[in-house]
Amino acid sequence: MRTVIVVGASLSGLYAARELRAQGFDGRLVVVGDEPHRPYDRPPLSKDFLTGRSGEDRLALGDTEELAELDAEWLLGTRARGLDTRDRTVLLDDGRTISGDGVVIATGASARRLPGPALAGVHTLRTLDDARALRAELTAGARRVVVIGGGFIGAETASSCAGLGHDVTVVEAAPLPLVPQLGPEMAALCAALHRRGGVDLVTGTGVAALRGRGAVTGVELSDGRLLPAEVVIVGIGAVPNTGWLAGSPLALDDGVLCDDGCATALPQVVAVGDVARVGGTRAEHWTSATEQPRIAVRNLLAGYTAETLRPLPYFWSDQYGARIQFAGRRLDTDTVRIAEGTVTDGAPGEGGLLALYEREGRTTAVLSVDRPRPFMRARRELGRGAGAMEAVS
Amino acid sequence: MIPVCRLDDLPAGESARVDTMPPIAVFNADGELYAIDDTCTHQDASLSEGWLEGCLVECPLHAASFDLRTGLPTCLPARRAVRTHRVTVDDGVIHVHVAAEEDTAA
Ligand SMILES: Cc1cc2nc3c(=O)[nH]c(=O)nc-3n(C[C@H](O)[C@H](O)[C@H](O)COP(=O)(O)OP(=O)(O)OC[C@H]3O[C@@H](n4cnc5c(N)ncnc54)[C@H](O)[C@@H]3O)c2cc1C
Ligand code: FES
Repeated sequence: MRTVIVVGASLSGLYAARELRAQGFDGRLVVVGDEPHRPYDRPPLSKDFLTGRSGEDRLALGDTEELAELDAEWLLGTRARGLDTRDRTVLLDDGRTISGDGVVIATGASARRLPGPALAGVHTLRTLDDARALRAELTAGARRVVVIGGGFIGAETASSCAGLGHDVTVVEAAPLPLVPQLGPEMAALCAALHRRGGVDLVTGTGVAALRGRGAVTGVELSDGRLLPAEVVIVGIGAVPNTGWLAGSPLALDDGVLCDDGCATALPQVVAVGDVARVGGTRAEHWTSATEQPRIAVRNLLAGYTAETLRPLPYFWSDQYGARIQFAGRRLDTDTVRIAEGTVTDGAPGEGGLLALYEREGRTTAVLSVDRPRPFMRARRELGRGAGAMEAVS
Repeated sequence: MIPVCRLDDLPAGESARVDTMPPIAVFNADGELYAIDDTCTHQDASLSEGWLEGCLVECPLHAASFDLRTGLPTCLPARRAVRTHRVTVDDGVIHVHVAAEEDTAA
């Protein structure tokens, strides 16, 4: 293989570039990224970066020296707008084309937006530029902030805004946020953290419209209530960036469809990270984006699916001074048992807690609030169990 | 020199956190004592809560691994070393000798 093109210059794209070199690819490596920035890490954007606890220097993924060692051509600020799979040519929006022997699709996902005209004061939080704009607005004095969406990004952003002294309300359309991720019992415990941070959580009502001319002045809820706001943060999920692949023969359905080895149906085209639907599931987690590239690159260089991967899903979230960690695959029918710690006032108590999800006497997933040590032990055991199951099946 | 705890209270495989500024983590790795800065150089996690295996400790947040002997990370996402500190046992009590700032590898 002489030329490999990585499309997407963020977490999974950088890890793919690293893996290519680590696994002995010494040909031409081109990395295309539409953001003007060098690879940076997104998780801190809603956490320490937003609160000002850490600066942009702490976001960089890979230092200058390491990036130089990768010996890649970085086409930053350049969007890929098409893939001609017959000869694996990537079309760029500046009219140029690059042909390669292999393509790694690592274009991630974009924040979902609300329909309607753009208003000043309305933000999403996915990119460094988003975070810069929001941070600038939050340092300009006390604001009334409404966060639309109570998922992890919404909750973290609300927590950071409250930490900066703003008056914050979170609006969640579902009766309870985080139920799909955590199940109702544990979702209720985590939702109660908002109270701890002095944030109002309004659930079971959607957003009818944003009010304001030019700049936002409030959020009108579908139950008729009006929440005044100078800042609105829309945290209603992310959509995989597959638009540029439309018209290619790649199978797209909420992501690029891949087998368990991150390989698409086309030879020498693999996908990793938030954009990839690997073996039927698409994860939007940092750890998947860093674990998949090893297997994807292995299979890309081999030319067929030589290795598959089914790691244990894992994510963490920091909100209201609590660290939430979750690992495993739970089903709604699993029972939940609090194995350590206590619940106070419907929220995790002072020392946090560890909860195990169980099915027919087996542990399927584990949730921890501020209990990293037992969590790690449980996560490892789960990982071993998952490996053992695979060996059998 | 800072007293940590009695040697008997830190059996093999265990760790202790010392609330210095910055905090320090002390490990008993199969009988050998080591001390390093407790805060992972990647983001913000306490290495005393990590997974100890031989001379390596794995960070509980994103699984970077550090060599207790050198403080150097052995895998990503951490790229900078943690400081290491000398450990002694006097009268059955573990003590750490906090490394001077200029000893920092980072
Ligand atoms: C604010 C925030 C907080 C988060 N916190 C956590 C957390 O606490 N825990 C956790 O597990 N996960 C967290 N995540 C998720 C994690 O950051 C993602 O899973 C990870 O960034 C995915 O990496 P990726 O490289 O696949 O995609 P992305 O990081 O989305 O990168 C894709 C890149 O490709 C570029 N691109 C898109 N289309 C094109 C194109 N046509 N041409 C060229 N370039 C293109 C994009 O601009 C982007 O730079 C968080 C995410 C955000 C946004
Ligand atoms: S904080 Fe330790 S690996 Fe990320």
